[in-house]
Amino acid sequence: MPTIKELTRTGDLFTSGHRACAGCGGTIILRLLMANAGKNTVVGAATGCMEVVSTIYPYTSWDVNFVHNAFENSAATVSGIETAYRALKKKGKIKKDIKFIAYGGDGGTFDIGLQSLSGAVERGHNMLYLCYNNGAYMNTGIQRSSATPFGAHTTTSPAGSKIKGKMQQRKDLTEIMIAHDMKYVAQATPHNWSDLSNKINKALALNGPAFINVLSPCPLGWGSDPAQSIQIAKLAVETLYWPVYEYENGKYKINIKPKKPKDIEEFLFVQNRFKHLKNEKELIDKIRKHLNEKWNELLNKEKCTN
Amino acid sequence: MSKKTWKEIDIASIINKPGSAKDFKTGDWRSQKPVWNEDKCKQCLICWVYCPDSAITVKDEKMTGINFDYCKGCGICAVECPFKAITMVEEKK
Amino acid sequence: MSIKIVAKTGNEAMAEAMRQINPDVVAAYPITPATEIVQLFSNYVSDGKVDTEFIAVESEHSAMSACVGAATTGARVMTSTSSQGIALMHEILYIASGLRLPIMICGVNRALSAPISIHCDHSDTMGSRDAGWIQILSEDAQEAYDLTIFAMKAAEKVLLPAMVTSDGFIISHAMSRLDMYEDKKVQDYLGEKKPAYTSLDVDNPITIGPLVVQDYFMEIKRGQIQAIIDAKKQLPILLEEFNKTMNKNYKVIEEYNMEDAEYAIVALGSTAGTAKYITDKLRQEGKKVGVVKPLVFRPFYGEDLVKMLENLKGIAILDRSDPQSAMGGPLFTEITSAFYGHEKQPAARNYIYGLGGRDISYDDIKDIFKDIAEYFEKGKKEEAVKYITIRE
Ligand SMILES: Cc1ncc(C[n+]2csc(CCOP(=O)(O)OP(=O)(O)O)c2C)c(N)n1
Ligand code: SF4
Ligand code: SF4
Repeated sequence: MPTIKELTRTGDLFTSGHRACAGCGGTIILRLLMANAGKNTVVGAATGCMEVVSTIYPYTSWDVNFVHNAFENSAATVSGIETAYRALKKKGKIKKDIKFIAYGGDGGTFDIGLQSLSGAVERGHNMLYLCYNNGAYMNTGIQRSSATPFGAHTTTSPAGSKIKGKMQQRKDLTEIMIAHDMKYVAQATPHNWSDLSNKINKALALNGPAFINVLSPCPLGWGSDPAQSIQIAKLAVETLYWPVYEYENGKYKINIKPKKPKDIEEFLFVQNRFKHLKNEKELIDKIRKHLNEKWNELLNKEKCTN
Repeated sequence: MSKKTWKEIDIASIINKPGSAKDFKTGDWRSQKPVWNEDKCKQCLICWVYCPDSAITVKDEKMTGINFDYCKGCGICAVECPFKAITMVEEKK
Repeated sequence: MSIKIVAKTGNEAMAEAMRQINPDVVAAYPITPATEIVQLFSNYVSDGKVDTEFIAVESEHSAMSACVGAATTGARVMTSTSSQGIALMHEILYIASGLRLPIMICGVNRALSAPISIHCDHSDTMGSRDAGWIQILSEDAQEAYDLTIFAMKAAEKVLLPAMVTSDGFIISHAMSRLDMYEDKKVQDYLGEKKPAYTSLDVDNPITIGPLVVQDYFMEIKRGQIQAIIDAKKQLPILLEEFNKTMNKNYKVIEEYNMEDAEYAIVALGSTAGTAKYITDKLRQEGKKVGVVKPLVFRPFYGEDLVKMLENLKGIAILDRSDPQSAMGGPLFTEITSAFYGHEKQPAARNYIYGLGGRDISYDDIKDIFKDIAEYFEKGKKEEAVKYITIRE
């Protein structure tokens, strides 16, 4: 597990001068990703905030090879790059060992890019797919995705007088990826930077596909204080909103088990996207119940696989 | 910087200058400004980990200050510093 | 030069060309009538007859996406598809050309749904005619084979992607004679690929596919447009080089029986072959008829076509697709717009035919020649666009 001091040695492979909002969690994740991955890496990005803000021509924040193709195909694109690398290496045209990373937002991963991700994983390409999950299509103005949590206001699941935001629970993509029989799947947050670093390193050390779903606080889309981005990620774990766990070679491991979980309201009401739920006791109960069920399920899975 | 004509541009919008975003200053986005108190700082580098804009400068594994060319004044460093060595003040324009 | 004479279908011919090209990466997905190409090529991979890494992707969208990814490394990259497959790739076709990646599609033309049909028309090629690709349509299996080899090299020279297509079933599944070159001859002809850039040089990292806003977008597009303008000059030269090397006689626009012709059919793909045969017959009856076949549809050789067609009385322009309420089929609108403002204005009529694999017979071709002569003689009174091979 790298220390912060060790991480500072990599230098900034994802540099300043990007146009992300102040306090954007996604850029914290990308900085950590690159500090761990190092120079001999090729990154493929899906269209979305983290691609747009980092590569506005003629500027780029990337100090590694970076390829953006389209919105729904970062996994397919990187599977092409990784395959070409193997072909060229076999022929002796490339000597170095190179690591491959594909990333996308939750829209580019859970929704429009799910097929290409599933295909790439099934084919077994040697890549880490990282989803920075801010729970909506932020780049196009905060529309709902299948990762948007129950009750959240977005511009396509607006909180109105009759309908109180998104009325469906979020898709559990991490479990879907586990169902692909992958060797390594994990959930993480940028607050737990050392856990996240650990997971990135495990994923990159693997010879095959790995998937990490990282909660990505978004002050703009969540209606939260930019200064609190990391604290909100922490609250997400403490309230069981975002279990930090990994699935490695068939075994579940919950990396952080809050001793006394905080109530979900502590997470919800530091964000404007949930403010319309303040007096909606039933809806909050529904969220609470769902999170508890998912948490117990996870505890069971951990028990059963160990 | 005068912008290139179509004949001068590299093929296919390729950017050949890695990390060129450093030429784009984001410091003027700031309305709040972090102030670093070196005496309180214990060099844990937590602020470096969490700064979204790589504005915490580190040399030889030690924090050396804040790069105001890029700092957007989000305030994360001030919240996260375990030793309260960073405080936010109003940015004077 | 030693030539091997074999009997092959159009699909087998294209698969053989792919084998001889021996690309670094092929990413493909099955679709009738191109499936066979993908299957044959998978066999080559499994039997170690090629060094290619084959990616059996989960869709054509991913096929083209993986091709784009692979091509950014500088690798030689190919795929194969038809119809709905090209349509599903549509979004990424523009990205391949915009990023100046010389990817090749060995395509088999098939109608776009609905109604769903597995048979030939050119709506798939024509649906992608603005995507910035070199587009070549072959007349028979030999052309499909030759032009696949040619287009791979041409694409890499001008740094644009290329699709070579054959008519679904009519060529793809029909057995005919094929003259094949030795594997080494093809390899020597192709030479080493010199990519414009690579995503694998970790010591000199680059950013590919950035967001370009109003300040640069037009400049970058203009650069890409120049590439296809330059390609238009380069392709005849490159084709000449191919002809010399392989002892062939291809032209970007082929003229047949055109010396003193009064009427001509302009047609793409296999129909041009049928028309050629009929002009031989009609010539025996003393009719001054010829055929002009654009081998290359993109870039479009409008000026050359005007020169070839300007002295005719009438031009019968055949389109195997219909753009739905344009001023005629794609070939027709392009040729007539090339003639705009030109001093000579031969009568031109558009014949939309053969959609969804509807047969076009010798008699149909004869009727077209009859019709275009009447159209000219009666002073172009009827509608310019005519639907043929249809029950009225
Ligand atoms: C095929 C296609 N459909 C829609 C879009 C428009 N679009 C671009 S980014 C985006 C949303 C991205 O959302 P997400 O993946 O969650 O990333 P975020 O912006 O939140 O970081 C959309 C809808 C597109 N570029 N391509
Ligand atoms: S909208 Fe959200 S994800 Fe996008 S840059 Fe801003 S904070 Fe980051
Ligand atoms: S205020 Fe924000 S941008 Fe500025 S140094 Fe602190 S964490 Fe970085």
